[in-house]
Amino acid sequence: MSTTTATIMASRNIEQQRSLGRRRKLVDKLVMYFCLTATVVGLFFLLSIMGTLLWRGLVALDLIVLTQEFQPTRYGDDSLPKGGLIHAIVGSLIQTSIATAIGTPIGLLVGTYLSEYAGKSKFGYAVRFISDILLSAPSVLIGLFIYQLVVLPQGGFSGFAGALALAIIVIPVVVRTTEDMLQLIPNTLREAVVALGAPKWKMITLVAWRAAISGIMTGILLAFARIMGETAPLLLTSFGNNILSTDLSRAMASLPVSIYQQANSGFPDLIDIAWSGALLVTLGVLFINIIARVALRKRA
Amino acid sequence: MSASTIKAPPIGARRKPGELGDKIFQWMCVGAGGFVLILLGAIIVTLFLGGLPAFERFGAEFIWGTIWDPVEGQEEFGAGVAILGTITSSVLAIIFAVPVAFGIAFFLTELSPPWLKRPIGTAIELLAAVPSIIYGMWGLFVVVPFVQMHIQFAFGEQLAAIPLVGFLFQSTNFAGTSLFSAAIVLAIMILPFIAATMRDVFDQVPPVYKESAYGLGATRWEVMTGVVIPYTRISVVGGIMLGLGRALGETMAVTFVIGNANRIATSLFDSTTTIASVIAMEFPESLTGSLQQSALFAIGFLLFVISFLVLALSRYLLRPRLK
Repeated sequence: MSTTTATIMASRNIEQQRSLGRRRKLVDKLVMYFCLTATVVGLFFLLSIMGTLLWRGLVALDLIVLTQEFQPTRYGDDSLPKGGLIHAIVGSLIQTSIATAIGTPIGLLVGTYLSEYAGKSKFGYAVRFISDILLSAPSVLIGLFIYQLVVLPQGGFSGFAGALALAIIVIPVVVRTTEDMLQLIPNTLREAVVALGAPKWKMITLVAWRAAISGIMTGILLAFARIMGETAPLLLTSFGNNILSTDLSRAMASLPVSIYQQANSGFPDLIDIAWSGALLVTLGVLFINIIARVALRKRA
Repeated sequence: MSASTIKAPPIGARRKPGELGDKIFQWMCVGAGGFVLILLGAIIVTLFLGGLPAFERFGAEFIWGTIWDPVEGQEEFGAGVAILGTITSSVLAIIFAVPVAFGIAFFLTELSPPWLKRPIGTAIELLAAVPSIIYGMWGLFVVVPFVQMHIQFAFGEQLAAIPLVGFLFQSTNFAGTSLFSAAIVLAIMILPFIAATMRDVFDQVPPVYKESAYGLGATRWEVMTGVVIPYTRISVVGGIMLGLGRALGETMAVTFVIGNANRIATSLFDSTTTIASVIAMEFPESLTGSLQQSALFAIGFLLFVISFLVLALSRYLLRPRLK
């Protein structure tokens, strides 16, 4: 009697455990499918953006877009001259180059300070914290800052102001990669150099920087790619222009701002040119990013 | 007279080679560090001083006032709508993005075969590199029409019948540019940041912990909820805050798709505005030294305060895990 109840109990128990096991496996499986779907969704968005850019960007992309200045809309009349983006391409290259040239040395020194001198000091902690904040700070506010600091005293929008705003965005990106790359260098290397009697500054500039050079260059490339697509700060500082101009003291065109203005114009031919510009910017940014990431992977 | 006038310098006074160079270099590095601190301070002070006339004119009411009227002679400014729009669009974006980011991070750390990890990881990182103006254009020409044609009508009418929360889906705005579109675009933009942070912190769970749970017969999902999430909880919240901080300050993408109307959105499908897009839309056209410009500086200052708090909290939470 008692043995039979025990067997029934045991078999019930097994039955319960089996169903519990099935439920646990089912939940596990459902979650796995959800994760797979999430990944596919993420990739789908990237493909959708790239597909749209290629599809709409290639419609109007031709030599005229790459070599001509802005022209007012043709209102569908193909006999009128077609506009291009050369003024914006040149303006973007000028402003991003100057910004990188200004921002890089500062970022490099800050990154060196954090890696080689800061240690656990409170000042070092504060610098690292603030440069992390700057890395994610809204870029439109940097535009406001430079407007008040440079554009107002100067009396007008200027390419130089645009370059300064972008330089502020470059600094934290370079700081982050410089610090990370210098930290990868083994301490024994530093000790060996100092033991040979070299002063610390020579140890840093001639040995540490040189050992980390490819990583630091990667950081500079990433910073360059980042500011290539920045729009909001330029809207408030270099404002945009419709002619090819290299005068840094006046308003200057840039690709992102031209894209913004032409995409919002409502005229189909200008919107097509905006898509071509968008394709150019995105291909440039992604190309630099892929190169930089491949170089970084090789190091790490 | 004697040779004793020539004295050797005392031993301790000899300068070590490179001492001066060391000092100069160190001060350059420390100075650059100080420059970063001054830079942030200068940004805050500049925004505040620029906004001072507006703060003085409208007082604390500026923060919750909902009228934004730049017409000359009857100028009145309140940041209420823009602040509300900024916060609701960002929070909605977080709600959309977090589950997907979690799925991607879980997939990359636990499920994906090793050869697939790198390409998918890179693809997600590239999503973060796409400039925000591109998200804006894509949003305006792809997401907005899609929301307008397929979501607002199909779901809006069904869901509007739900008692109590139905009003969230009922809108008389059929342009497609709406809070909902902005939240979708923002969610896609911050997705890679949250996913990458989650993946990095999940990867830092010591394998021994996971192996012991597997050894006890736990499923992958139970390892996730029982071991990985408790171990990384603080950093995961930090990653979400980082995404929120990014969403709050996002400018161009939102400007394209939110509709830029100074109205409080009572429905997901209403147009509204955010602080960053008000600045991008109105600042280039505002008159130098006008009250409007000052009001724009003032809301810029408020945006800075909000995003500084969120980002600082995020860094504080992430600090112990991600150096």
